[in-house]
Amino acid sequence: MPSSLESALFVFVLATFVGFEVIRRVSPLLHTPLMSLTNAISAISLVGSIAIAGAEKSHLSTVLGTIAVVCSMANVIGGFVITDRMLKMFKKREPDR
Amino acid sequence: MIATYFTQVSYIIAAALFILSLKWLSHPGTARRGVRAGEIGMALAIAGTLVQSGIVSYQWILVGFVLGTAIGLPMAVWMPMTHVPQRTALSHAFGALAAGLVGTSEYYLHTTDLSTFTMAVLSLEVILGFLTFTGSLMAFGKLQDLVPSRPLVYKGQNAVNLSLFAVAVGTAVYLVMHPGRSELFPVVAGLSLLFGVLLIIPIGGADMPTVVSLLNSYAGLSAAAMGFALDNNLLIVAGALDGSSGFILSVIMCRAMNRSFSNVLFGGFGQVRVVAGEMEKRSVRSATAEEAAGILEAASSVVIVPGYGMAVAQAQHKVRELYDILTRRGTEVKFAIHPVAGRMPGHMNVLLAEADIPYDRLVEMEEVNPEFPQADVALVIGANDVTNPAARHDKTSPIFGMPILDVDKARTVMVIKRGMSPGFAGIDNELYYTDKTMMLFGDAKVFVGELVKELTGSHVRV
Repeated sequence: MPSSLESALFVFVLATFVGFEVIRRVSPLLHTPLMSLTNAISAISLVGSIAIAGAEKSHLSTVLGTIAVVCSMANVIGGFVITDRMLKMFKKREPDR
Repeated sequence: MIATYFTQVSYIIAAALFILSLKWLSHPGTARRGVRAGEIGMALAIAGTLVQSGIVSYQWILVGFVLGTAIGLPMAVWMPMTHVPQRTALSHAFGALAAGLVGTSEYYLHTTDLSTFTMAVLSLEVILGFLTFTGSLMAFGKLQDLVPSRPLVYKGQNAVNLSLFAVAVGTAVYLVMHPGRSELFPVVAGLSLLFGVLLIIPIGGADMPTVVSLLNSYAGLSAAAMGFALDNNLLIVAGALDGSSGFILSVIMCRAMNRSFSNVLFGGFGQVRVVAGEMEKRSVRSATAEEAAGILEAASSVVIVPGYGMAVAQAQHKVRELYDILTRRGTEVKFAIHPVAGRMPGHMNVLLAEADIPYDRLVEMEEVNPEFPQADVALVIGANDVTNPAARHDKTSPIFGMPILDVDKARTVMVIKRGMSPGFAGIDNELYYTDKTMMLFGDAKVFVGELVKELTGSHVRV
């Protein structure tokens, strides 16, 4: 499937460049939330895990797929929740001081 | 047909939202909007996947959702902020395991009809996934002190590790050419799992910020490889974003310690060196809380330099009280943040933000260094190597060339420290022996508490 490979590489290269440009601008102040957010986003591997767990093609694939769904789901929920929890703590100085 | 369109459209919107999410994260003012965007993108992508025709049963998916939420949610809600690096390492392990397992299933489902290309990306996914899984578990163990955080090195270690990795890759290449040889697949998976452990064993606790960032990058790349294998552009985009983010952070961490990747991975840095000679007893000037408070009272500008030692002593909230009382007296207080302060990139900022210190008071190294000569007091709490002037001029020092905070340029330097033990790098800090340095010996939390008490007392008297 050469056309599929080409388009996939095309997407990968572009996304990497976009990633570099966007992430370079993130202030070092927020590097920890950045890591937990990108972690939550890359837990999109949930999509692949769901496809395997739900297809029920073999026992092995269902078992492995289900474990993968557990892992990815833990990252999706955990990643977004803890990122938000951290960002909530970043406050500016109150104007009266 | 409609379902297919919905899937495609939801994936495209999700990819756009993920990019916007990271863009909004660039500033604290818009960052939470970024989280919302990411959440919506994720929800759309999940919905788009669930309607796909290939899914015949929802039973196990549901089980996975419930279990995953049960694991992920409590960790995110109750994990103390000092343990965020551990949670991050664990989440890299989860993400990488998911990638490795999906790759494994794909291989066994399609063993006979795999194209060379698909087999190649599957191998990449499985190798990266499994090595990142065990590597991240090891990093978690070191951060949590379940595994000794000092580097474990032995002779020929790099040769053993590299040849093991070479065998794994070699076997994978053979599998790519002969996908039917399914008995070799467990060899690749097993060697990758083993390599992940061996890769982290020689790396010391001080290098964890770099290692966690690097593992972040690998986890992202394994997700991208999954995208290649499943021909799913959304996975490729998300994986590429994660991969580049981890890579940028690793580069920043390496630069902040003046080290190269290979030096971090193969250097065994952070082991306690026995420095022969130069152990002559130099005298230090120690001071009491009362004396220190007197100087702080007269100061018009104070720069606080927090290190991980402050977090270990749980002194953040006392530090915040000190900040409050000094600010109320009209003293200009800033916090100087070294890029490797804490145990993962940006960790110190989170710890101080949690203690309610306004983020505009947290100043990065490049910005704060020119301000030290004008500062009346530099107060070092639980930081060591990042303040050692030897990094600037002593070519024989192991940390020579590492960018440091120019604490020694302040008019008065105060260092709160338990004793005279050396830091992570195992080297003496010459900052402690200068004429203008006052050593404040004691537990950081207790000592800062005493400073606050002294300052409050005098405030009442006046």
